[in-house]
Amino acid sequence: MNETQPKSNKRVLGWSVLAVVGMFAFGFALVPLYDVMCEALGINGKTGSQYTVEAPDEMRVDTSRTVRVQFTAQKGPDMPWEFSADQRSVEVHPGEMTFVEFVAHNPTDQVMTAQAIPSLSPSKGANYFHKTECFCFQEQKLEPGETVRMPLVFFVDDQAPKSLHRVTLNYTIYEQSRSESVAPVAEKVDSKTTDRG
Amino acid sequence: MSTVADAHTDDHAGHGPAKGITRWLYTTNHKDIGAMYLIFSFTMFLLGGAMAMVIRAELFQPGMQMVEPAFFNQMTTMHGLVMVFGAVMPAFVGLANYMIPLMIGAPDMALPRMNNWSFWLLPAAFTLLVSTLFMPGGAPNFGWTFYAPLSTSYGPPSTTFFIFAVHIMGISSIMGAINVIATIINLRAPGMTLMKMPLFVWTWLITAFLLIAVMPVLAGVVTMMLMDIHFGTSFFEAAGGGDPVLFQHLFWFFGHPEVYIMILPAFGIVSAIIPAFSRKRLFGYTSMVYATGAIAVLSFFVWAHHMFVVGLPLQAELFFMYATMIIAVPTGVKIFNWISTMFRGSLTFETPMLFATSFVILFTVGGLSGVMLAIAPADFQYHDTYFVVAHFHYVLVPGAIFGIFAAVYYWLPKWTGHMYNEALGKTHFWMSFIGMNLAFFPMHFVGLAGMPRRYADYPLQFANFNMISSIGAFMFGATQLLLLYIIIKTIRGGKKAPAKPWDGAEGLEWDLPSPLPYHTFAKPPKVD
Repeated sequence: MNETQPKSNKRVLGWSVLAVVGMFAFGFALVPLYDVMCEALGINGKTGSQYTVEAPDEMRVDTSRTVRVQFTAQKGPDMPWEFSADQRSVEVHPGEMTFVEFVAHNPTDQVMTAQAIPSLSPSKGANYFHKTECFCFQEQKLEPGETVRMPLVFFVDDQAPKSLHRVTLNYTIYEQSRSESVAPVAEKVDSKTTDRG
Repeated sequence: MSTVADAHTDDHAGHGPAKGITRWLYTTNHKDIGAMYLIFSFTMFLLGGAMAMVIRAELFQPGMQMVEPAFFNQMTTMHGLVMVFGAVMPAFVGLANYMIPLMIGAPDMALPRMNNWSFWLLPAAFTLLVSTLFMPGGAPNFGWTFYAPLSTSYGPPSTTFFIFAVHIMGISSIMGAINVIATIINLRAPGMTLMKMPLFVWTWLITAFLLIAVMPVLAGVVTMMLMDIHFGTSFFEAAGGGDPVLFQHLFWFFGHPEVYIMILPAFGIVSAIIPAFSRKRLFGYTSMVYATGAIAVLSFFVWAHHMFVVGLPLQAELFFMYATMIIAVPTGVKIFNWISTMFRGSLTFETPMLFATSFVILFTVGGLSGVMLAIAPADFQYHDTYFVVAHFHYVLVPGAIFGIFAAVYYWLPKWTGHMYNEALGKTHFWMSFIGMNLAFFPMHFVGLAGMPRRYADYPLQFANFNMISSIGAFMFGATQLLLLYIIIKTIRGGKKAPAKPWDGAEGLEWDLPSPLPYHTFAKPPKVD
């Protein structure tokens, strides 16, 4: 033991605390990093945000093959809306711009906003599935009893691998907020009795 | 080695331990704190064991007999949490506190006051955790891995208390780890170079770095849970743009190194005991150090093998599969070295050696089922079955816990000044060995046959194996009361232990008298 000991303990303590704080921050940094990685690598079924076609004239439609795109619609916990895909599936050529609709209905007596979250399966298809317009890009606000048809415009990349014959696009719609409309009603609609699915 | 055995009758001998409860409350003595850690750990071991007994009693027969399924889920969750964070980790920290200063010739830990604090946080953390059992809605019931959103959206109200308990025990572990690092870096006796350190010190140094790297990530994960539950964030909530799979990535980024935190110190213990009872030097010391380092580094790149079924891309499945299998290489080096140490040694099998040899054999069994689980396509079948339960109990019970038992028997004469009763020790070993294998080996079979984990009931065809498992578990559980008796008996009296009760043992701790004086190595020994 010599006189420099306490000082050098402090140095170890300092570095260790720095490492601990750094790793705590790293844990939080992994959250955005994870999203960036998933989107960049097209994994985990994250279909990414709005896709802009840079040169629409050059878009090539590969008529030699088709990809079946299936749609499923789900509701988050305690979500009272009715939510479904207009069509169960469509058969598209890669590169072909396609328009489909989803239907949402707010059966409650409250003004509600909701957000739809997409997930594509198999996840390797996510990089080749481009949405140029989607109701999932913003929150949907529905008046009591209102029904809306919500658009989705997409195309499958003509670079998609030949092995990609079928993809399933699922939307789960989640309640974001609800506010009492003009005349508050005493009895609320029981939201738990609706079926999932 | 040195001849300082009794040379420290200096100024320090004047103040021995304080009297009464304040000795334990205010102590900064590494031996007192180490002993408290070990006592705490044993208490938690019995508590977690009692929970395991409830689980096995319910599973003794198919159908519901003893407890409600909700309570069963709380038992599986709390058993895991108490055993991992309350029994195994504090036991190793206790052994580190007690033995590392003695092994490197230091008078105490480098940061003694922090040492006191890091111990006393633990009773607070576990009082908080165990108190959730008595709260409305019951204790956490989502499994020790507390996957979101099961633990966030669907968890009981007591989840918040669980989160704070994890925070506090995390802080305790981190402070313990910092202390170990500071001690090993700064307080080695002159001449004790890094490559002369006993392997227990080496494995603990590496463990401490793992703790510093991953415990903050665990703290971050539970903080995110806390925010999701109470502050309206959506880290793991798909509705707000979060992702439940992210939870699993973060948790296992902590969780896999955590697995090695629970086994590396046991590697160090076994590396001390096997040479002592083979009366040979440890075979391949340098390769042992590098193998431990390699295991620690690899542990950061394998976490997703716990998540093969979440829908990872094929490339990720392959990467994590091969990375996991590579860990078998440094582990194999270690097993080889232990066996080579025993080869042509003059072996005797006192209790510590019995536990150490069975460690080598049974840990290898657990390691091999680990390689099976690492095969991604096979894991699709094994995932969340009792095969996984069998695997991790084989690495944790005869791995971590037998390692701790071996250490306790090996150093008990040094700590207490008395020899334990060898016949009772051997009885404890054989009862534990048979009970443990009876409890966990059949789980391989029911797991392969498809019995899922974490259910309070099971189909009829699994009845016989489950009954065998339960009988083995009861046997293993009851045997631990014998250990308690042996330890108390040894503390109170018994044959006087010489300074070095094991003729093949090496290390500075054996130069000191038994029982250890309150202060040791006030003047550093000379190491050549």
